[in-house]
Amino acid sequence: MIERKLLLGDEAIALGAVHAGISGVYAYPGTPSTEITEYIQANAPEVRSRWCTNEKTAMEAALGMSYAGKRALVCMKHVGMNVAADAFVNSGITGVNGGLVVLAADDPSMHSSQNEQDSRFYGKFTMIPILEPSSQQEAYEMMRYAYELSEQLRLPVLMRVVTRLAHSRAGVEVKAPMFQNALNPDNERTHWVLLPGNARRQYASLVEKQPQLLASAEASPYNKTVAAEGKARLGVVACGIAYNYVMENNPQQLGVKVLKVSQYPIPEAAIKALAQECDALLVAEDGQPLVEEQVKGLLGAGYVLKGRLTGDLPRMGELTPDCVGKALGVELPQAFATAQNVMPRPPALCQGCGHRDVYDALNKVAAEYADARIFGDIGCYTLGALPPFRAIDSCVDMGASITMAKGAADAGVFPAIAVIGDSTFTHSGMTGLLDAVNDKANITVVISDNLTTAMTGGQDSAGTNKFEAICLGLGVEPEHVRVVVPLPKNMEEITRIIREEIEYKGVSVIIPRRECIQTLSRKLRQKKAQQ
Amino acid sequence: MKKDIILAGVGGQGILTIATIIGDAAAVAGLSLKQAEVHGMSQRGGDVQSNLRLSTDEIYSDLIKEGAADLIISMEPMEALRYVSYLNGEGWVVTSSHPFKNIPNYPEDEALMNELNGLPHVAALPIDDVAKENNMPKSANVILLGMAARYIEILTPEQLRESIARVFASKGEKIVEMNQQAFDLGLNAVK
Repeated sequence: MIERKLLLGDEAIALGAVHAGISGVYAYPGTPSTEITEYIQANAPEVRSRWCTNEKTAMEAALGMSYAGKRALVCMKHVGMNVAADAFVNSGITGVNGGLVVLAADDPSMHSSQNEQDSRFYGKFTMIPILEPSSQQEAYEMMRYAYELSEQLRLPVLMRVVTRLAHSRAGVEVKAPMFQNALNPDNERTHWVLLPGNARRQYASLVEKQPQLLASAEASPYNKTVAAEGKARLGVVACGIAYNYVMENNPQQLGVKVLKVSQYPIPEAAIKALAQECDALLVAEDGQPLVEEQVKGLLGAGYVLKGRLTGDLPRMGELTPDCVGKALGVELPQAFATAQNVMPRPPALCQGCGHRDVYDALNKVAAEYADARIFGDIGCYTLGALPPFRAIDSCVDMGASITMAKGAADAGVFPAIAVIGDSTFTHSGMTGLLDAVNDKANITVVISDNLTTAMTGGQDSAGTNKFEAICLGLGVEPEHVRVVVPLPKNMEEITRIIREEIEYKGVSVIIPRRECIQTLSRKLRQKKAQQ
Repeated sequence: MKKDIILAGVGGQGILTIATIIGDAAAVAGLSLKQAEVHGMSQRGGDVQSNLRLSTDEIYSDLIKEGAADLIISMEPMEALRYVSYLNGEGWVVTSSHPFKNIPNYPEDEALMNELNGLPHVAALPIDDVAKENNMPKSANVILLGMAARYIEILTPEQLRESIARVFASKGEKIVEMNQQAFDLGLNAVK
């Protein structure tokens, strides 16, 4: 019997992986990838699924599971790929034993991110197959295909999705699940010990596999031509979700041919064939113009190629059915102009949130110094950049608050204050704190601990109950590890402690600790429901 | 037949519950459905919207084209206005008329309501007041769904009513009844 479920793209990926027989999912939460792991945690107790400390530990643990012969999934948002990159790129050199799929959820238009980097570059760079589903159904089915491909080529496979697929719901037909692989560790040490001698052989083998990767993409069931008859004025190379936006504009009626591309390396023969039948080609791809650049090389300068680089599609931001329609020559008349009485409504820290009290205190004390600088980090507390707080001077990447404060202090900035959340601290802040301690940097680090990974919806935080021990272990002096409860009634104590620690010429850590009010009220609701 | 619906509101007002109810009814009716949601940062009191597409045929895009939406259902009047460029000429706006002011530069009430009421097809009610008067403050979103039910067309009000029973079933009979009452209040308010 065919079962049909209404699933988010992320949930379809999760269920596809579970039904493909994975034994473990390894991930750090990050929008728009978080719901994949959450779905597995809630629905597949037979799969190992606890959150990891960061994307690098996740990637390495998954590689270990693959080494042992079992299928593993790694999930992250696009910027997580930067953190996992060392392990990810080298997993292309070792290859895999059990199937290994790395899922990167990109966020073009930066709905919840600090850049819109395109993860497909990582796949190309690592020289492994990339899959890019266009629908929730395809995402589900592709997972099984991805694990088969991974084990057949003995390489990791990168699956790339974007926010609009990850966070969109649709009906998905599901199949019978597969069994997990048996334990079967790889005995071939030369694959895994990447001493230069071995690594050179492994890299040569990766290079030798490239024609196989191309042949697989040329024959892929996910790369297909939707043909208008005979010659056409325009052909579209529609990658991943861009295929939907093209199809939404009825290309058959427009006399436009479409080549759907959902498996890379790009199917060169199919693209050349399409180019021959058309007067010009348009490359529609969400993210950066990776395929457009490659097709340009493939067809040469004489061929008319359109895309993001030529301005036929916007250079940045996510694609929409509107901008793709425009590139195809379709424009829908707008019935109503954009309204006048509409203002932006940015997100804000919740009323009653402990981060609010932290920023109130920091702003009070910082105002007493002529040149105080507060280096922020990634999480809910980044909203401290907005009114009414306007408290932070930087927010760059996970963990950068501590290390940037250190560098600025090294240069002479005083006071240099870092604000970092509990989960971000264990993700990427601990090593920076060790640098600061070893260098006796004059910085004050505020670890705003709300006992959860709040921004992504309240996942467990790796360091809960361990922060004082971690800081002491890294060498922060015990009298300069201070814990406070961020509540308005404690404002006097908090500001006094901040002042004292700023005046201390060395590394101090202040830990304001109070549970996130979202997770707290969720717990209270659950408790009430149980009664 | 197809219906493109934009659900709008402020993070925490319950638009995803409206989407869940319509989605469940569509799934049971065997319709194709795509529903793009907003997760993450903007759920913290920012503007949120969901593109909900229902059709008897295959749906490709997860996003609705500008000028193509048949219906805007909004928990907040300024948020309804935010998406009027997506509405087609015959499209309806069903909205709460009660402003949610969590920004310092919120537009003047009168200017806002004048612009809203200048649209040809608008149904607006202070649903929060209706919800409070009827002792169901948490069901304002379901009252709004009731108001919109006649304009969804591809699903009948009865199909949506049945879906409410399924979606709230785990919370007990009382909650189901209250939400069905809320739905009927909205449905009857726009006769």
